[in-house]
Amino acid sequence: MNRARTVLEAPDIQRALTRIAHELLEHNKGSANLVLLGIPTRGVALAQRLAERIASVEGTVVPHGSLDVTMYRDDLRRHPVRPLERTNIPETGIDGKVVVLVDDVLFSGRTVRAALDALSDVGRPSVVRLAVLVDRGHRELPIRADHVGKNLPTSLTERVSVRLLEYDGADEIVLSEPGSDAAGVA
Amino acid sequence: MRHLLSAADLTRDEAVHVLDTAEAMAATQQREIKKLPTLRGRTVVNLFFEDSTRTRISFEAAAKRLSADVINFSAKGSSVSKGESLKDTALTLEAMGADAVVVRHHASGAPHRLANSGWINGAVVNAGDGTHEHPTQALLDAFTMRRRLCEGDITGQDLSGRRILIVGDVLHSRVARSNVLLLRTLGAEVTLVSPPTLLPVGTDAWPCSTSYDFDAELPKADAVMMLRVQRERMNASFFPSVREYSRRYGLDGRRVALLPDHAIVMHPGPMNRGLEITADAADSARSTIVEQVANGVSVRMAVLYLLLSGEQPDLQGEVVAP
Repeated sequence: MNRARTVLEAPDIQRALTRIAHELLEHNKGSANLVLLGIPTRGVALAQRLAERIASVEGTVVPHGSLDVTMYRDDLRRHPVRPLERTNIPETGIDGKVVVLVDDVLFSGRTVRAALDALSDVGRPSVVRLAVLVDRGHRELPIRADHVGKNLPTSLTERVSVRLLEYDGADEIVLSEPGSDAAGVA
Repeated sequence: MRHLLSAADLTRDEAVHVLDTAEAMAATQQREIKKLPTLRGRTVVNLFFEDSTRTRISFEAAAKRLSADVINFSAKGSSVSKGESLKDTALTLEAMGADAVVVRHHASGAPHRLANSGWINGAVVNAGDGTHEHPTQALLDAFTMRRRLCEGDITGQDLSGRRILIVGDVLHSRVARSNVLLLRTLGAEVTLVSPPTLLPVGTDAWPCSTSYDFDAELPKADAVMMLRVQRERMNASFFPSVREYSRRYGLDGRRVALLPDHAIVMHPGPMNRGLEITADAADSARSTIVEQVANGVSVRMAVLYLLLSGEQPDLQGEVVAP
């Protein structure tokens, strides 16, 4: 049984990221003070891609890095030990900056809550914004994204798998029912 | 990982995973706010039957940086000095709800007894038992070596092909045994350099070579680890005089000059300056002795994280949701 279907193809993902990059610039009135922080694993590559797009539009290099939120999660005791990912804060720091958190899928909002906690231990940004490739709904916390690539209505049992060139060899977003062949959990 | 009792229990992948986790912990310790909320609500008991400053403080700092509650228990001034047994002490700690017990004991095997007796439910970390093992010291030494000797992205790397000298009082050293076992697991070649009287019986079965000629080994070493001469444990005369020991097995400026340029000088502390190591060797630029102390906190944070952060198995080994 395979009921997986591709909901976003590579060109769709590229268009969505280009639009988010422009939205960020428009909202921020340029690239000044912007810092992009991806949430591992796939958010890091997305932050990198957004930085490249901003560079091609504005000609300025926006500092970008990664923020591991594992040690701030509220569900650590419900799973086997999670391996830690890399946190890489750009040398400019985040104090007084406009920090954009970048993740692949926004679901319960708990990862973003952990990211906000992690961020406050690293420094004090003037503004924090959230950009995600997919918003699949089912929030459990009062959190929303400022920039969304695609709003994807899902049922709780469905899985959203974001595959990116950097990790999976292809760009696509797959929606599947549990029991199907699709790997990965969003 | 359920307990950390011996360096021999770690596979190559597990050991590298601890070192990688410790790198992530070390990165958080560069921040202005060093405290992480990860082990909030967990209780770590430091159960020390033997004197220790740096190991106890290091574990205490590690647990506190991860927001765990820390209870320090030293045998002096406790019921142990009134004759309480290890079992009754353990049952007391269990009743207080200890999630992890960090134990140092003068008897080899005490942490193993504590972990396998069924007296306590929590994780047991061996912080030194008799002359047997001190696994977190070996992990922090390996962590220090990997940082100093490996190049590029060190995540996932082991110490394969590195040549490590461990020099001095191997007989009374739990650090030496844990280091030999762990460094071998990580692929390093270890040579013990020591007077015959200070080599324990059976080192020919250890996964390392032995030598009595310090000068001959120095030019090919990547790291030289000096061990403390443990005079408080010596109940016989193991070498003719302090002066002769220093001349044959002590690290001084002349011997440091024999090392390759990239090689590092290590010592687990506390040092006997002037006995196994001279001041100019201990304070030279290639000495990592102070760095080892800082790395100790990161490594112990990693160990506590890996033992305590996930779902906890109960006594029967089944997984229970908290």
